[in-house]
Amino acid sequence: MFDWFSQLDPNTQTDIWVIAVGAMTNTACALLGCYLVLRRMSLLGDAISHAVLPGLVVAFVLTGSVHIVYMAAGALAVGMLTTVLIETLHRHGGVAEDASMGVVFTSLFALGVILIKRYGQAVDLDPDCVLNGLLELVVVNRVEIAGYDVPRALVTIAPVLLLNVVFIVLFWKELLISSFDPALADTMGLKAGWMHYLLMALVALTTVASFEQVGSILVIAMLIVPGATAGLLCDRLRTMMLISAVIAVASAVLGHFAAVQFNTNTAGTMSVIVGLFYLAAVLLSPQYGVLSALARNLRTSLRIVREDLLGMLYRLEELQAERALQAGEAKQAVGGGWLAWLGLQSLLRRGDVQRQGELLRLTASGRQQAAQLIRAHRLWEVYLVERLGLPLDHVHEPAMRMEHFIGDELQQRLAAETTDTATDPHGREIPPGSQKTES
Amino acid sequence: MNYLTTIVLLGTSALGSVAGVLGSFALLRRRALMGDLLSHAALPGLCLAFLVMGQRHFAGMLLGALLTGLAGVVLITIVCRFTRTREDAALGIVLSTFFGAGIVLSSIIQHRPDGGAKAGLESYIYGQAVGMNRQDLYLIAGVSLAALSIVAMLFKEFKVLSFDPGFARAQGWPTWTLDMAMMGTLALVTVIGLPAVGVVLMAAMLILPGATARFWTDRLGPMLLLAGLIGGATGGFGTLLSAGVVKQWLGFDPLRFGDTESNLPTGPVIVLSGTALFLFSVFFAPQRGVLARLWSEMRLRRKIGRENLLRTLYELSEPALASPAEISIDQLLRRRAWSRPRAHWLLWRATRSGLVAWGPGGARLTQPGVAEAARLVRAHRLWELFLIRGAHIAPDHVDRDADAIEHLLTPELLGQLQTDLAAAGVAAVQIPPSPHDLSRPDLSASTEPDEEPPRV
Amino acid sequence: MSAPPLEIHDMTVAYHRKPVLWDIDLTVPEGKLIGILGPNGAGKSTLIKSVLELMPLASGKVTFYGQPYARQRHLVGYVPQRESVDWDFPVTALDVVTMGTYGQLGWFRRPGAAQHEAAGRCLAQVGLEPLARRQIRQLSGGQQQRVFLARALAQNAQIYFMDEPFAGVDAATEQAIIGLLQRLREGGKTVLVVHHDLQTVREYFDHVILLNMRLIAAGPTASTFTTENLNRTYGGRLTVLDQAAEAVRRGDRRQ
Repeated sequence: MFDWFSQLDPNTQTDIWVIAVGAMTNTACALLGCYLVLRRMSLLGDAISHAVLPGLVVAFVLTGSVHIVYMAAGALAVGMLTTVLIETLHRHGGVAEDASMGVVFTSLFALGVILIKRYGQAVDLDPDCVLNGLLELVVVNRVEIAGYDVPRALVTIAPVLLLNVVFIVLFWKELLISSFDPALADTMGLKAGWMHYLLMALVALTTVASFEQVGSILVIAMLIVPGATAGLLCDRLRTMMLISAVIAVASAVLGHFAAVQFNTNTAGTMSVIVGLFYLAAVLLSPQYGVLSALARNLRTSLRIVREDLLGMLYRLEELQAERALQAGEAKQAVGGGWLAWLGLQSLLRRGDVQRQGELLRLTASGRQQAAQLIRAHRLWEVYLVERLGLPLDHVHEPAMRMEHFIGDELQQRLAAETTDTATDPHGREIPPGSQKTES
Repeated sequence: MNYLTTIVLLGTSALGSVAGVLGSFALLRRRALMGDLLSHAALPGLCLAFLVMGQRHFAGMLLGALLTGLAGVVLITIVCRFTRTREDAALGIVLSTFFGAGIVLSSIIQHRPDGGAKAGLESYIYGQAVGMNRQDLYLIAGVSLAALSIVAMLFKEFKVLSFDPGFARAQGWPTWTLDMAMMGTLALVTVIGLPAVGVVLMAAMLILPGATARFWTDRLGPMLLLAGLIGGATGGFGTLLSAGVVKQWLGFDPLRFGDTESNLPTGPVIVLSGTALFLFSVFFAPQRGVLARLWSEMRLRRKIGRENLLRTLYELSEPALASPAEISIDQLLRRRAWSRPRAHWLLWRATRSGLVAWGPGGARLTQPGVAEAARLVRAHRLWELFLIRGAHIAPDHVDRDADAIEHLLTPELLGQLQTDLAAAGVAAVQIPPSPHDLSRPDLSASTEPDEEPPRV
Repeated sequence: MSAPPLEIHDMTVAYHRKPVLWDIDLTVPEGKLIGILGPNGAGKSTLIKSVLELMPLASGKVTFYGQPYARQRHLVGYVPQRESVDWDFPVTALDVVTMGTYGQLGWFRRPGAAQHEAAGRCLAQVGLEPLARRQIRQLSGGQQQRVFLARALAQNAQIYFMDEPFAGVDAATEQAIIGLLQRLREGGKTVLVVHHDLQTVREYFDHVILLNMRLIAAGPTASTFTTENLNRTYGGRLTVLDQAAEAVRRGDRRQ
C-alpha cells in the first residue's frame, strides 16, 4: 500500500506528511471549537492550552518519561484543574469571569515555565516549540507502525481526532441542548455541567496532542477561527461543523505551501491563512457579510431612486404637463449624484423609460410599474387619513417612504380596509391594481 | 545587591505598578484579557518594524508594536459591531492570527542571511528581565510617568467610561477617543513590559494587581492606588527572589527544589508572587474574602436557627406564656423542615445559653427565653407587617435581619406604626398577633422570614 | 395519582445570600391553569427555578406527585424566558422543538424519525409548521415564543412551568398561546404561568398565586384575586412605612 508512497520524491513525501498532520490537528481543534464559540467560551481554549504546561512537567517529573500517555494524563489533570479553578474563583470568589480566566492561566503558565527551568532541562520541552510549533520538522521524528514508517505526530493526533469525532457523534444531542439551553438540559436530567467538563477535558487532550508539533498558538487559532468563520456562513450546526472542518483542512494545505514558499514557520502561516478565511467570511458571507449588507443596502437605494423617477414621470403625465422632464432635472429631483445617474441608466436599459434628446418619457412597461407604485402611495394616504385620522398635509411624506415597501398583498389589505379606493385624499385617481392583485 | 540587580529591581517595580493601575481599568471594563491581546498582537509590529528599519531600532520597534496592538483592538471593535461574532471569539481570532503573523515574520527574519537572528525577538516573547540596562530603565520610567499622568489627568473621564460608557456618550464626551486613549496607554505599557516579562506573563502583570486590590476596596481611587502598590511590590519582590537576594537575606534558599543550579527566570517569579498575594486576598480579605463570607454565612445560619427555634417555641406556647408548656421534638418538626439532629443541636445550643430548659415532655422556654422570644416575635411581626403592606416601596432593601428594623425604626415611627395598626383594628398590644393564619399553613405562609442575612 | 402535582413546604431561597423567597408553603391542585403574580423582583421566576432545582434551596422541601424532582423529571415541562437563550444559535425551529423529546430519550439515544415527527406535530399545533426549517433568529418574537411552547408540548409532561410566555408578544400570539394553555388544561395537565398583566388574570387563570418575596395568597381566582390581596401584594402606600423604608435604606448605607 505504501509502495507508491515510498517511490515519491522526498519533498512530496514531506508535503504529504506535514499537510496530513496539520489537517488532522486543525480538524480536531475546529470541531471542538464550534462548541466553544457557540458557548461563548472561546478564550477557555486559549487558557487551557497555556495552562497545561505545568501538567506536562509534573507528569515528566513523576514518571521520568515524555511518553504521550503520561503527557496526556498530566495535561488532562491540569486542564480540568484550570476549568475548575476558573469557575470556582468566579462563582465563590466573586472574581469576574474574564479576570478569573486571566489570573488562572497566566499563573499556571508561569508555574510551568519555572518548573521547566528547574526540572525540565532533560526534557524535550522547549517553550519555544510549545508556543510556535515546528510543524515543518514533523517528518524528522518517526515511528514504525505495522511495518510502516510514519511521523510520530500522526500517531498522536489521529486517535485524538477520532476520539473527538466519536464524542461529538455520541453526545450530539446532549452537546446541542446543553449549549443552547443549559437550564432546560438540567431540568431534563441531562447534566449541562458534565458536558462542560467533558468538553474541556477533550480540549485539554487535543491541546497536548497538538502541542509538540504544531504549537499552542495554532491550537488557539484553530479552536476559535474555523468555528467563528463557519458561524458567519451557515445556520445549521451540522453544516457549521462541516464548513469548519473544510476550512481547517484548507488552511493546512495552503498554510504549508505558503510556508515553503516564504521559508517560514508553518504553524504561523496556517494561523494567518485561517485568519484570512475569517476575514473573507466577514466581508463576503452572503447573509451576514459586511459587503453583502452594503450591496443589499445599495440595491434598495437604487430601487427607491428608480421608483421615484418612475413616479415622478407618471405624475407629470397625469398632470398633462406642458413639456416632458429633462434628464438633468429628473436626476436632481431624486437627489442627484451617482446614485441618481445609476438609477436612470438602469431604467433606460430596462426599457421602462425612453430618452428623446434630453427629454424622458415612460414606456408602456414603465407606466405600468409606475401605476403600481402610485397606487401603493395613494392607498397608503387614504389609509392614513381614514384609519389614523392624519390631516391631509401630513400624509404625503410618509407615503413617499412607504410606497416602496407596499407589495401586492399589502395593497389588497389596504384596499380592503379603506372605503375610498378610487381617489386619494387629495382627490387624485388611484390607478387600478395589477392583474395579479385583482385575481 | 549589585548594580545590575538594582536596575532590574527599579525597572520591574515601576513596570509592575503602572501595569497594575492601567490593568485595573481594563479589569473594571470586563476587558481583563485585553492585555493578553495587546501583548500577542504586538509581535507582528515588532517584526515589521525590524524588517522596515533593517536593524534593531528600539523606538521604531516599540512604535510598530503599539500600532499593531491598537489595530487589533480596533479590529475587535469593528468585528463585534458589524458581524454576529461575539467579543470573546473576536478577541481570540485577532490574538491568534496576529501572533501567527508575528511568528511567520520572525521566522522570516531568522532565516535571513544577514544575521537577522540577532533581532532579539525571543526576548519579547519570553521576557528577559536580567537583560535590562540603564537605557531600558529610563524608558520604562519615562513611559510609566507619562501613563500615570494620563490617568491622573483623565481620571474622571476614565472612571465614567469604565462605569457607564452610555452615560459618557450622552454627556457629549468623545468616548471613542477616550477609549483609544485608555487602550493606547495600556498598549504602551504592555509593549514596554514585553522585553522584561514576555507575552503571556505581561497579561498577568496587568490583571493580577487589580484583581487583588478589588478584594480590599470598593472604591476606584483606592483600588488604583492599591493596585499600583501591589504591582510595584510584587515586581520588586519577584526580582529579588529570582536574583537570589532574598536567599542572602534569609540565609537559606526558600525556593529549594529541582535543579537549584539554574537561576529562576524573573518574569514567572514576579507573576507567581502576585498570584500568591492574590490567593491570600481571595481567602483572607475582610469582606469579600472566601473565609469572611463562609464565617458570616455560618454565623447567619446559626442565628436563623436559633431565632426560628425560639419563635416556634413561642408560638407553640402562646396559649399559656406565663408557664410555658413542654414541647416535644415531634411537635417542632411538624412546624419546621429541620432534620432531627439539627433540631437536637439547636435545642442543645439554646439550652446552653439558658433560654430553654429540658423536661420529661420536651423543651420549655425559660423566663429569659420567653423574654428573648417575645422580643424576636415582636420585631418579626412588625417587620412582616411592614413587608406585607409596604414591600413595594423597597423590595430590594428588605435584605436585612429582622432585629435591625427595631434599631432603624425611631420611637416615633414605632409609635406611628402601632397607631396605624390600631386603626386597622389591631389592638396596640406589646406583641401584635401574627398577620398570618397560623392554622392553615398550606394556603398562606406560616411563619416569619427564615433567612435574612446582614448586609455585607 | 393522589398526591398533588406540586407541594412546596417551608421553602426559602437566597440569591447571593439575599433572600428572594421566604417560607413558601404551597400546594398546587391538579388540572388547573395557574397564574403566578407579583411585582418586579417578587421572586416569581425564582419560584419556578428553585422548584426545578436550577437554584439551590436555602431550606425546605419540594415534591412532585409526592416524589422528589429527580424522580419525576419526565412529568415536568419547562419554558424559560425567551431572552435566556442565544437566538443566533445555528438551529432551526424544528431542531429546538425536537429538544423537548431529549429528556425522554435520556443519555446517548439519538432522536429518530419518531421524535422528529412528534416535534413536527407540536410545531403544527402552534401553527408554525411552514417555518420548521427556519433558523430561529429569522422568526418574530411571537413565533419564537410559540417555538418554545411547541418544545414544551414535545416534552409531553403533566405539569408545566412557563416563565413569562406573554412577554413581548403581540395580541394575536397571546390569544393563540392562551388557547393552547387552555387545551393543555382540558387534557388534564397542570400549568403554572408567570404573568404580568393584571387585566387579563380573571380571564386566563383558574387559580392564582400572589407573591411578594413571600406568599401573600394562593387559591381560586374568584376568591383570591381580590383588591385586598392585590394591595397586600403590590402594596398600598402607608406613610409610616415609607419612612421606615427610607430608614432602612439609610441604614444600608451607614453599614
